[in-house]
Amino acid sequence: MEETIFACQHVREQSPADVMIPTHLLRTDLPLPNPAELEVLRHYTRLSQKNFSIDTNFYPLGSCTMKYNPRIAHELATLPGFSRLHPQTPAPAAQGLLHNLAELQDWLADLTGMAAVSLSPAAGAQGELAGVAMIRAYHQARGDHARQRILIPQAAHGTNPASARMAGFTVTELPNLPDGDLDLGALRDALGPDVAGIMLTNPSTLGVFERQIREVAALVHAAGALLYYDGANLNAILGRVKPGEMGFDVMHLNLHKTFATPHGGGGPGSGAVAVAPRLVPYLPVPRIVGEAGAYRWETLAERPQTIGQLSAYGGNIAVLLRAHAYIRRLGHAGLRRVSAYAALNANYLMQGLQRLGYQLAFPERRASHEFIISVQDLQKATGVRALDVAKRLLDFGIHAPTIYFPQLVPECLLIEPTETESKATLDRFLEVMAQIRREALEEPELLKNAPQNLPVQRVDETLAARRLQVAE
Amino acid sequence: MPYIPHDAAETAAMLEAIGANRLEDLFDEIPAALQTDVLSVPEGCSEASLRRAMEERAAEQRSLRCFAGAGAYAHHIPAIVWEIAQRGEFYSAYTPYQAEASQGTLQLLYEFQSFMTRLTAMEISNASLYDGASALAEACLMALRLRPKAREILVPEGLWPHWRRVLDSLLPMQGIHLRVLPQDPRTGRLSLPEEDFSDAAALIIPQINRFGLLEEVDELALWAEARDLLRIAVVNPVALALLKAPGDWGGQGADIVVGEGQPLGVPLAGGGPYFGFFTCKRAYVRQLPGRLVAKTVDAAGKTAYCLTLQAREQHIRRAGATSNICTNQGLLVTAATIHLATLGADGLRAAALRSHQQALRLRSVLADLPGVELPYPGPVFNEFVLRLPQPASRVRDALLEKGILAGVPLLDLDAAGPAHDLLVATTELNEEEDLDAYVAALAAILGGA
Repeated sequence: MEETIFACQHVREQSPADVMIPTHLLRTDLPLPNPAELEVLRHYTRLSQKNFSIDTNFYPLGSCTMKYNPRIAHELATLPGFSRLHPQTPAPAAQGLLHNLAELQDWLADLTGMAAVSLSPAAGAQGELAGVAMIRAYHQARGDHARQRILIPQAAHGTNPASARMAGFTVTELPNLPDGDLDLGALRDALGPDVAGIMLTNPSTLGVFERQIREVAALVHAAGALLYYDGANLNAILGRVKPGEMGFDVMHLNLHKTFATPHGGGGPGSGAVAVAPRLVPYLPVPRIVGEAGAYRWETLAERPQTIGQLSAYGGNIAVLLRAHAYIRRLGHAGLRRVSAYAALNANYLMQGLQRLGYQLAFPERRASHEFIISVQDLQKATGVRALDVAKRLLDFGIHAPTIYFPQLVPECLLIEPTETESKATLDRFLEVMAQIRREALEEPELLKNAPQNLPVQRVDETLAARRLQVAE
Repeated sequence: MPYIPHDAAETAAMLEAIGANRLEDLFDEIPAALQTDVLSVPEGCSEASLRRAMEERAAEQRSLRCFAGAGAYAHHIPAIVWEIAQRGEFYSAYTPYQAEASQGTLQLLYEFQSFMTRLTAMEISNASLYDGASALAEACLMALRLRPKAREILVPEGLWPHWRRVLDSLLPMQGIHLRVLPQDPRTGRLSLPEEDFSDAAALIIPQINRFGLLEEVDELALWAEARDLLRIAVVNPVALALLKAPGDWGGQGADIVVGEGQPLGVPLAGGGPYFGFFTCKRAYVRQLPGRLVAKTVDAAGKTAYCLTLQAREQHIRRAGATSNICTNQGLLVTAATIHLATLGADGLRAAALRSHQQALRLRSVLADLPGVELPYPGPVFNEFVLRLPQPASRVRDALLEKGILAGVPLLDLDAAGPAHDLLVATTELNEEEDLDAYVAALAAILGGA
């Protein structure tokens, strides 16, 4: 077991503090370690080796789009001309950066079929909050104060209801039909003069395209409400279908999914928002305005109806630069190939798993860029759960798919291979899943005690919560 | 095809297995009327030509001697920090939901939490929020959850104006009112009013304020304690190497501490990505927003780490979560943890000391220039206000011509700010020759006025 860095306690010479600060405002001790540089290097290198990552493992984590993060995007985003730029640098001294961001705004507007984009939200959830806040601002500007409710399908990402709540809305959940589409009858019943909008993901979190989307949009608009598009699954339709043309009024994009910026062990993301013409006045600031040679950050005074500023500066700039580089490298034909091969890989795996005996959640449907299987049959036969299948996959060096989401499919695994995985990788995954299925039926204990080949065995999360030791 | 490995034979074999003829067939459930193309996005290009184009764009930002701060600071980042942080195992991993496959990230986050609790003298730290300003908004929301009958947060005028705008954007949506406490215009420090604050949940205490001045944090904390208000500290993590930790302020310490993590190994990058840190008292842990890592054991009794108290979070609690945050700033926290370990207590203290001493040196020399005044006499850490005989933005632009980013005009931060005041910051990266260049350039401009 690797000790924590706090075990490195060298005592070093300290010079007396030569400060012009009153003593009562100073601290008397600083209880941090003093490791040597090589100790630091080895410690964190060793820690890194205990991680699964895209760079080392197949990572078919549904809803997360774990595609290859091109290294050129990282290299370019961290060029000194960008990385050393202070956020308060006047615009004339930052034209190269602003030019990139202005192009990205335009490209994202075209890709989404929307009128305008703000790049400032720091992650998908912050983009959602900005989006529902714009819906709120729109209704309030029209004097329509009764619209206090947001409709969200049961299968939606948890961030959707949480974001709606943070914007001051109440949430009503809508059911899905057995074929994965939304229940239009339930939608009609739920709509009314108190509904501000509906938040949808399309393809949905069930891994299928919502075929009635135009009917949904017509119903929602007829009731005076707006449509929010959760861009988490945009990889499935990139360059082919535009949310604006489906009838959506506002959306966010997850640049760390669709546009290959790294997940970084939990961020940073980037949740740019795009809107239809009627919501443009409410976009969060700051945006890039101006033209070549004279780009600048828009001021608050120029957008008086804005929902405001979500973080101290213009958003996760270095993430935006990576997305810009990715789009520029692929070009429009390359972006269309992304969705084609994401769909190819997903449908190939789905058919392969079905042949192995795994149950598909929606066997009659095309997979989008991801799909759901259920292992409820294994659970009934030998008590093996989706969790056990997930943990056993780790033993084979494959990261587990997303499990128990969406919650309405029992014992489910949500599988998203992404377009950057080869046929050979997918075939190996199928071989491993075949073996796991045999083991589940013949030696279920092997799964229930997995993983055995990792730095640790199954972790005691109950003890963690009870003991709650969260710092040295 | 960049980043897509399939050859034609493989594609054909896969389509056959699926029972489709062409790739387009995979989209046959999508109404034809919705299928379209994107035309404004240019043709793709090779990695080599992309690099060339982007290097040209990057070169448009010339290298400057940086004296700008206002919440983001140009500290030195040791080479090993990003050398390790950008390893694929950290860079391309997901959120550590699968604990057994994520022990590296999880232990690192646990160490980060340990660094932040020690630096702030608090008991609990989360694994980061988006940035300092949005972390402060989350702190206000948490304070209201702890005091559900209250509707107000007391905000000193001395808080960064750009942070204040974030609070103005995020809090009123939930019916929270921000009540502003004025700074004393003579000292630039917070003056304590004797009004009724019975509707307030918390007092925000920024140590350092918008003028770079240190506040009397013990007095402010005691004032809030006497009124049964929660104390939300806003701190600079490098300054904390010298300054009294919020956990020791007043009689009972701060309840919640937030700050901008950028000074801990994160490049300025034009404004992001940075990270917000968030620490609090243990009693409030169930109201904490964001991810939390705990130390535990595995099935064999061996030490292990995992995410904990996830029932607070949106993926479990949905509309009832403490926050909507999901993705946070993992990679920046990775860098910050390695940065803090590399500097250690002594390195962090040395960086803080040098930043402070260079500010004192520069301030005393600049104050001797004709027409330059120091409007506020109070103690500072590494940042101070200079009152100039000309509009600050004009001086800033003139110094820019000489390769110096002279600071941040207060007018840039706040449209109602004083036009002649410039906020100047130093770090350990500002060497003597940078200070000399600044003084000579400013003297030339003012002399020629």
